[in-house]
Amino acid sequence: MKKFAALLMALVLCLSCLPAAMADVADVKLGVILLHDEDSTYDLNFINGVYDAMKVLGLEDDQVVMIRNIDESNDCYEAALELVDDGCNIVFANSFGHESYLLEAAKECPEVQFCHATGTMAHTAGVENFHNAFAAIYEGRYLAGVAAGLKLNELKAEGKLKGEAPLMGYVGAFTYAEVISGYTSFYLGAKSVCPDVTMKVQFTGSWYDEMEEKSAAQALIDAGCDLISQHADSMGAPTACENAGIPNVSYNGSTVKACPNTFIVASRIDWAPYFTYIVNQVAAGQAIDTDWTGTIASGSVVLTDVNEAAAAAGTVEKLAELKAQFEAGTLKVFDTATEGFITVGGAAMEETWAPGAGTDGAFVEGTKIVYDGYFHESEYRSAPYFDATIDGIELTNQKF
Amino acid sequence: MSEIKKNTVREPLFHLAKRSSIHPAAAWGIRLAAVVIGFILCGAAAFAMIEKLQQNPGKIVDFYESFIKGINTSNKSFLENRKLWAFFKETAILLCISLAVTPAFKMRFWNTGAEGQTLMGVLGAIGVAFYLKDSVPGWALLLLMLVGALVCGAVWAVIPALFKAKWNTNETLFTLMMNYVATFLVSYFLVIWVPSGSSSLGKLDIQKLPVIPVSKTSSINDSFLITLIVLILTGLLFVYLKYSKQGYEISVVGESVRTAQYSGINVKKVIIRTMLVSGLLCGVAGYLIGAGLDQSVTTESVGGQGFTAIMVSWLAKFNPLVMILTSALITVLGAGAEQITKTFNVRGALPDVFVGIILFCIIGSEFFINYQIIFRKKAVDGEKEAVK
Repeated sequence: MKKFAALLMALVLCLSCLPAAMADVADVKLGVILLHDEDSTYDLNFINGVYDAMKVLGLEDDQVVMIRNIDESNDCYEAALELVDDGCNIVFANSFGHESYLLEAAKECPEVQFCHATGTMAHTAGVENFHNAFAAIYEGRYLAGVAAGLKLNELKAEGKLKGEAPLMGYVGAFTYAEVISGYTSFYLGAKSVCPDVTMKVQFTGSWYDEMEEKSAAQALIDAGCDLISQHADSMGAPTACENAGIPNVSYNGSTVKACPNTFIVASRIDWAPYFTYIVNQVAAGQAIDTDWTGTIASGSVVLTDVNEAAAAAGTVEKLAELKAQFEAGTLKVFDTATEGFITVGGAAMEETWAPGAGTDGAFVEGTKIVYDGYFHESEYRSAPYFDATIDGIELTNQKF
Repeated sequence: MSEIKKNTVREPLFHLAKRSSIHPAAAWGIRLAAVVIGFILCGAAAFAMIEKLQQNPGKIVDFYESFIKGINTSNKSFLENRKLWAFFKETAILLCISLAVTPAFKMRFWNTGAEGQTLMGVLGAIGVAFYLKDSVPGWALLLLMLVGALVCGAVWAVIPALFKAKWNTNETLFTLMMNYVATFLVSYFLVIWVPSGSSSLGKLDIQKLPVIPVSKTSSINDSFLITLIVLILTGLLFVYLKYSKQGYEISVVGESVRTAQYSGINVKKVIIRTMLVSGLLCGVAGYLIGAGLDQSVTTESVGGQGFTAIMVSWLAKFNPLVMILTSALITVLGAGAEQITKTFNVRGALPDVFVGIILFCIIGSEFFINYQIIFRKKAVDGEKEAVK
């Protein structure tokens, strides 16, 4: 049955994008370097993406090699060369810190394509066979934020808020653009339906630290937060929420099994479209984009099912409506046209605002990012670069 | 029947006796048997746990082959064989850290802090590189990085030694805790050094170690250099421990502190000096990792090798030359484990189980080298004799 479903999916895809699928994928061998293994929600999301892409493309088992538990060190460089020795013509690595080592391997093997998720160097490195990819996850987080805002409105109407105004808590890993862009879009989503909401952010200084994430979430709950979301990879924050009975908006995948009473919805990046894309490009002998940004429209940014037990009434309908607007390109997350929606220190974002030294990788000086009524996130580079602290968001601890 | 009942003292089926001595060949026979049994057991475990094997039992060949494939790129000549040289290099780094813990262990100073001492070595080297990379020429930077690594490694080792010598603090806990302090120091500096806030420093743009060009592949040249350096250090440490006066003092302190004091050895001085040697060797290991390979530092730069080194040293009975073998063995198993996850596409923790089984058998075999099992003799005469 599974095989039949896979075949059907493959068939549908073949028909839907005939020219790309015409190319013979039989000669492509994909190597994937992973920071951890299935135990980490982050890596599991990539592994599932690989499997889905294999089904869609009809790749054989021996056309994909995964190497797990590769540190962000010279090990990554060696693993990449090993994959090249194994005959891979695409090598992919999934962790931010892999980048400089993967780039080194890319320079050494110009005939092989190297693709790196979440990285920032491709657009300035000038290495033709090195590519970055990310997804407009801020759109997904915005939608998740809308679900949060609706829930806060419901709590407010029922008089169940802990304080006067709704307050959200957010557990983040490190204080840099990827996380900042994420929590800001989440906050803006909530604010779009619940205008008086504010948010506290607490950082853990680690991508995976269950204890630390749990205690950060608990601290936020104790500080009076009505709802918690997170950007870190363990079950720490969702567990703390379930224990305290506080609604949680999750990330990387559904946590509804562990948190049946508090899980509302989760956003995640689906990497299958990217894997499918790079395999097809190589099979067809065509270039891979230097910076590839998946969107809701390309199926790269997805939301899990809404847990009706915890979500506010009407959430599903509202999300579907907004999703359609994103697909049509009429809705912008970092909307600077609406007065008072995004302010920094009380003032509107400036036209000439450019990412500061805080963003990773050299950015072309003076690049205009705010125009046409919105901040152009992920358009000049696939990795996020929004790193301003906007009004309404308070960081409880910073340097991480 | 009645005759047997007379025997009131029943001898158990078997009992254990400490061996007074064992022929080296017999000892190695037992060890080899342990490895073989370990491999058989882990094959059985693999069969129980890996679905692909159950579906296709013939793949058991692939399973065992993984331990060779893990360290061998097929169809490559010796000097172009990347996996083989990666294996030499991994072994060398592990060996270097194992060398570092050995002098202290011989002295019965249980240094569990090699992880932190090596990490401090990496941090020292990269710290120097981070601040000075634009102001001094490449070759000088490499030298200064070495100094940074040695100083940091040595300081991290000497602190617990001082406390042990002065106040007789427990060195096992002290050195263990110093590991955590080192990890947090690295986190702290990464926050300062990385302005974006991602705490990911990435490869620094600095000159690599000068290599002896034995191969066309640059990673093999790096591996060759590191392997050579560590082999030389191994020889030096062997001579130091076996033939130097200081090495003799270490043995005496290890045998009995009282004896050492009686014979006029300054025990405090020996403790501090020996830990200094340990720290310096950790510094070298940290330098090889930081300057020779990663050109960067993360909290995972040493990746637990500081603890694995304890096993390497212990398995080799603190003999540096034997440690070449034991570190190679552990590296082979690790590389094999990685290959198994690749071949069978299973999660990373699973092959660690197999490595664990094999190591358990090897460590267990030491028991049978030290003790012999004496079974109850069948003859009544023998029984009487045993009772006597």
